[in-house]
Amino acid sequence: MLTILFDGIAYGMLLFILACGLTVTLGLMNFINLAHGAFAMAGGYVTVVMMNRYGISFYWCLPAAFIVSALIGLLLERTLYQWLYQAPHLDQVLFSIGIVFMAIAATDYFMGGQQQLINLPPELSGRMDVFGVGVGRYRLFTIIVCAALALALQLILSKTRFGSRLRAAVDDRRVAMGLGINVPLVFALTFAFGSGLAGLGGAMGAEILGLDPNFPLKFMIYFLIVVSVGGTSTVSGPFLAALLLGIADVAGKYYVPAIGPFVIYALMIVMLIVRPNGLFSRGGR
Amino acid sequence: MSVLPQETTVSANSSTATAETRAAKLMKRRSRIRFYEFIVWIAAIAAYFLLPSKMLILTEIAILALFAVSLDLVLGFAGIVSLGHTAFFGLGAYVAGLLALHFIAEPVTGLIVAGIVSGLLGLLTSFLILRGSDLTRLMTTLGIGLMMAEVANQMAWLTGGADGLSGFSPGPILGLFEFDLFGKVGYLYCVVVLFIGTMIMRRIAFSPFGLSLKAIKGNAMRSAMIAVPGRKRIVIAYTIAAVFAGMAGALLTQTTAFVSPDVLAFHRSADVLLVLVIGGTGYLYGGIFGAILFTLVKDWLSVITPQYWMFYIGLLLVILVLIGRDRLSRWVEYLPERLSKKEDR
Repeated sequence: MLTILFDGIAYGMLLFILACGLTVTLGLMNFINLAHGAFAMAGGYVTVVMMNRYGISFYWCLPAAFIVSALIGLLLERTLYQWLYQAPHLDQVLFSIGIVFMAIAATDYFMGGQQQLINLPPELSGRMDVFGVGVGRYRLFTIIVCAALALALQLILSKTRFGSRLRAAVDDRRVAMGLGINVPLVFALTFAFGSGLAGLGGAMGAEILGLDPNFPLKFMIYFLIVVSVGGTSTVSGPFLAALLLGIADVAGKYYVPAIGPFVIYALMIVMLIVRPNGLFSRGGR
Repeated sequence: MSVLPQETTVSANSSTATAETRAAKLMKRRSRIRFYEFIVWIAAIAAYFLLPSKMLILTEIAILALFAVSLDLVLGFAGIVSLGHTAFFGLGAYVAGLLALHFIAEPVTGLIVAGIVSGLLGLLTSFLILRGSDLTRLMTTLGIGLMMAEVANQMAWLTGGADGLSGFSPGPILGLFEFDLFGKVGYLYCVVVLFIGTMIMRRIAFSPFGLSLKAIKGNAMRSAMIAVPGRKRIVIAYTIAAVFAGMAGALLTQTTAFVSPDVLAFHRSADVLLVLVIGGTGYLYGGIFGAILFTLVKDWLSVITPQYWMFYIGLLLVILVLIGRDRLSRWVEYLPERLSKKEDR
């Protein structure tokens, strides 16, 4: 029971790291980016290639996954995404689906369609007993890293100058520009950072979530749930939503395997009916 | 995109009585059968005689066209971006398959039952899309689509799970026309259903009802102020679209005598959106033009790169959006509008 809870939390934390970049693009910049999972997949594959082909340590792969995904994100944002911020939602949806399709096919071409496995360093694999509860070491590691990241994000967003610039740009783009904030730059950096986080999540999640070319489609719905349920005005909203989703998913798959996936979708639809603007929205948006 | 820019420039200096006749005339003008519509249907019939070896792909086009036209009613008229339209397509496909397997093999009955069942699902789920923003609708429709796919996958005792549903063969249409080996009857059957379906949806879409849908799409709040019952209209439009999407699914089942779980896959929802984008939204025939182009391109691509055609479909989507999809479908406005030179102003 507690183990399930623990696994659920680890899963939820991962989902949060994967999805929090999307919170910003989707929630704050109002851009429906269904291709977010593609960045996560990029991070995952960077890790796989570095570890399995070049034998680089797992700990070095994580920052590398972050940087590569962030660079890809920056590149795409500057070349493609930025033209579509003002476009209708249908255009954004189509555009990002196109990106997803391209990413899937390209990954299939370069890496093959099979599941990718990574070998965790020995100190992270296996389980240990903490007060009689079986705890996977890797999951513990995941929780610690993700919790630290979540805290850091919250601090960056609320305490630093960049965070206040971002919030200003999101609240009112025109006024923010009038105040001399370089809004496109802020957005580009945020987008890159979000993509980087997704890449990091993908790298860490390769073990738990699995990694194959269909990753962006498989987890698209999860990211969207996190964002839409959690609302977009805070970091804590999506964080709680991700935890909830992770626990519900793991518990659902464990206790009622036959209808496991429904738990999630049903939860989402109910949530959207009851609170169309998210669980923790500040109303009026 | 408005096919008729003139209709917005009604001068306001006429009295009420003439305004009414003017409005009636405008409605008539809007709904008049256009030149290209004849071409489409003549071409569909001509294809039967000219391309006897291409029946299968032509059938595929007709089915996809019906599916896309039904989505256009939701997307182009009511303005709802749906990522789960394939839920209805798939449901219709399964219903038709199960009906043929267990009860009656007569296709038209199956078609109607599939339409009714899909319509019921559409009616039920339409209440979920009334609230919230574009994003909420997107997610709800996506969720419904994924849920249906999951249902089909899990209820293997009924649907055959991942193996799909097979082992049935549709009987003769109305007890008269047997499906033949080359798909000729199947093609004609699909074209007839497509024609009837398109005509019904056309009647709906170009009626005052359809106009009010466009008003809701343009601005939900303003349309509510001129007393358009937005929620009711969306529910009705969504249900009708679901009926025809279900019928399209049933057609696929009946012409291939097989249902695979693929009918509910996400990429189908994306494909049909792409079809509409290629053909243009908001005038129904976009679905047909788009289906023709899309199927030909897909067929061509899957010959060149059997495994990676998805990449080029994605590339096509990205390019289409970046150059502006409106520009693409504007050619329809340049087509000759009428056959005769009857006075209509």
